[in-house]
Amino acid sequence: MCMALTDTAARRGYRDLPYLISLMTGDEKHTAAAESTLDVLWVLYDRVLRVSPGTAEDPDRDRFLLSKGHGPMAFYAVLAAKGFIGEDELPGWAGAGSRLGHHPDGRLVPGAEIGSGSLGHGLPLAVGTALGLRAQGRTARTVVLVGDGELDEGSNHEAIALAGRLGLGRLTAVAVDNASSRHGWPGGIAERFAVEGWSTATVDGRDHGALYRAFTDHPGDRPHAVVARIRPGGAR
Amino acid sequence: MTHTIDTAAPGLALRPRLGAHERPGPAVPAGAEAPFASMRDAFTHTVSAALDRREDLAVVLAEISADAFAAAAAAHPDRVVNTGIREQAMVGVAGGLALAGMRPVLHSYAPFVVERPFEQLKLDLGHQGVGAVVVSIGASYDWTEGGRTHQAPGDVALINTLPGWTVHVPGHPVEAAELVADALAGTGRVYVRLSNRANALAWPTGAGFQRLREGREGVVLAVGPALDAVLAGTAGLDVTVLYAATVRPFDDAGLRAAVAATGADGARIVLVEPYLRGTSSPFVHAALEDSPHRLRALGVDRDAELRRYGTPADHDAAHGLDAAGVRRSVRDFLGG
Repeated sequence: MCMALTDTAARRGYRDLPYLISLMTGDEKHTAAAESTLDVLWVLYDRVLRVSPGTAEDPDRDRFLLSKGHGPMAFYAVLAAKGFIGEDELPGWAGAGSRLGHHPDGRLVPGAEIGSGSLGHGLPLAVGTALGLRAQGRTARTVVLVGDGELDEGSNHEAIALAGRLGLGRLTAVAVDNASSRHGWPGGIAERFAVEGWSTATVDGRDHGALYRAFTDHPGDRPHAVVARIRPGGAR
Repeated sequence: MTHTIDTAAPGLALRPRLGAHERPGPAVPAGAEAPFASMRDAFTHTVSAALDRREDLAVVLAEISADAFAAAAAAHPDRVVNTGIREQAMVGVAGGLALAGMRPVLHSYAPFVVERPFEQLKLDLGHQGVGAVVVSIGASYDWTEGGRTHQAPGDVALINTLPGWTVHVPGHPVEAAELVADALAGTGRVYVRLSNRANALAWPTGAGFQRLREGREGVVLAVGPALDAVLAGTAGLDVTVLYAATVRPFDDAGLRAAVAATGADGARIVLVEPYLRGTSSPFVHAALEDSPHRLRALGVDRDAELRRYGTPADHDAAHGLDAAGVRRSVRDFLGG
C-alpha cells in the first residue's frame, strides 16, 4: 500500500467509516452498521487488493468490481478513507455536480472499475477482465462483489459456470449473504460455485481475520468464491 | 467511367444493367471471382488473420460460428473463447476484456447478440465506456424457414437507441471484409450486420454514400443488400440511386449533395432498408432539416409479424422489398 500519503485520508481507519458514511446519510448511529458490505470492502482495500490512488490506472493493478451497486455508501466511504476520492465530496453526493451517485459510475468515480446498479453485470465483466489479464500475461487479481439477492439474476450463473471451465485462478467472487434472496439458495451459496469447479470459503462477513484468510488462503488454480454471511437487519 | 454488366455470365441473369451515369467503379469487377464465399466467411477469415497479427484482439462466441474459428481458437486459446450458449456472458465477458485493454469481437445470430442481451450491450459496453466489434448474422430473415425466433428486423433500430455506435450493413462479402477490418482497427463500438443476401457487386466502403445513378425526380437511398432490388426496381426511372453500406454515422453531406444535384424543387427521398421500415428515417430528416423534403421509407413491416415460412424472396415480396415492390412504391411516391 502507498504509505507516503500525507493527507487526512491516509490516516483514516476502519473506525472512521461510520463518520464518513454519516457525511452522506446524516445519521451515524445505525446506517453504517446496516451496510452489509462495509467489512468486506474494508478488508479488501486495507489488506488484500494491490491498488492505491497512485496505481489506479496501472494495468497491473488488482481490480475490484462492485457488482452490487445498490447502497454504495460503504464503498464511497472506503474509497475516501483510502484517498481515491476526497471526503469533501461525500456530503454533496448524488447532487447535480457530484461524481457520486446512488449507483456508482465507473467513468466518474476514481477507483471504481465499473458502473453498476442493474444487477447481474459484474460477474460476467469480472470473468472477461480476468480473462483479458491472463491473455496479457498479467498476474493481477480480479475481485467482484455480488449480493445473495443479486444471484437471482441468471447472468451470474452463466458466468460462474464459464469461469470454472476456464480455470480463472486469479478471479475471486465475494458474495455478501444477508439472506435477501426471495427464494433462497438451498444447500448454500458456496455450493453453487463449488459444483462449477470453484474453491470456496464461507465466513462471518464481519470477522476481518476470517475474511482476510478467506481472500488469501486458497488454491489459486481455479476461481475462488468467498461467501460472507451477514446477519440480516444489520445487527452486529 | 462506366461498367457494363455481363448479364450472360452464370448466376448473373438477374443482375441489373446500370445506366450511363453510374460511378464510381465497383470494388469487384463483374465476372471476377469473389475471394469469399459469404459475408460470414469474409468475417471469420478477416478476424482469424488479424488474431495472428494483433495480441490485443479477442473473440467471444456463443457456439454460433465456433467451427469457423476452431483453428484460431487452437492457436490462441486465451483470446478465442466460446462461452457456450450464454449470450449474456458473451457480452459481459467482451466488456471485461475491453476493460482489461483488449479489443473484443463478439458474434452470434442477430436475435441472440442484439435482442437477448440488449441491456448488456447498453451497460457492459456503452455505460462502461469501452469499445467492441459486434458482428451478427441472420439479418432480418435470412432463414425464413426457421421462423420468427431467428429473425431480427429490429436490430439496427435497437442499436440506434444507444449512443456512440457505428453501424455497418455490408451488401457484399468484399464490403464485409473491409468493414470488419476497419472496425478491428478502431477503438469504438461497432455493429456489423452480415447477411446471406448479397448484391452482385461490391462498392467502395468508408467514403460515404456511393452515387450509383443520377436522376432528376428524386433520390433513392438503398442500404446494404437492398441495393440490387433498388437498381432493378428503378431501372428506367429518372432517379438518383445512392448506396449506403454504413448508416451510422449517416452521410448527411452525401445525401444533401445528391438531393441538390437532382435540381428538383423540394427533395423527394425513398429510403430502402433491409430491416425495420423507417429505421434511418430520423437521420434523413435530420440531414434535410433545413429544407422542404418528403420521405417514403421502405423496409420490413412494423405492423404485423409475418407468420410465414418460404424463402427470403417470398418475404421480400411480402414486405415490398423485391424489385417489383420497390418500383411500385417509387413510382407511386414520385407520381403523387
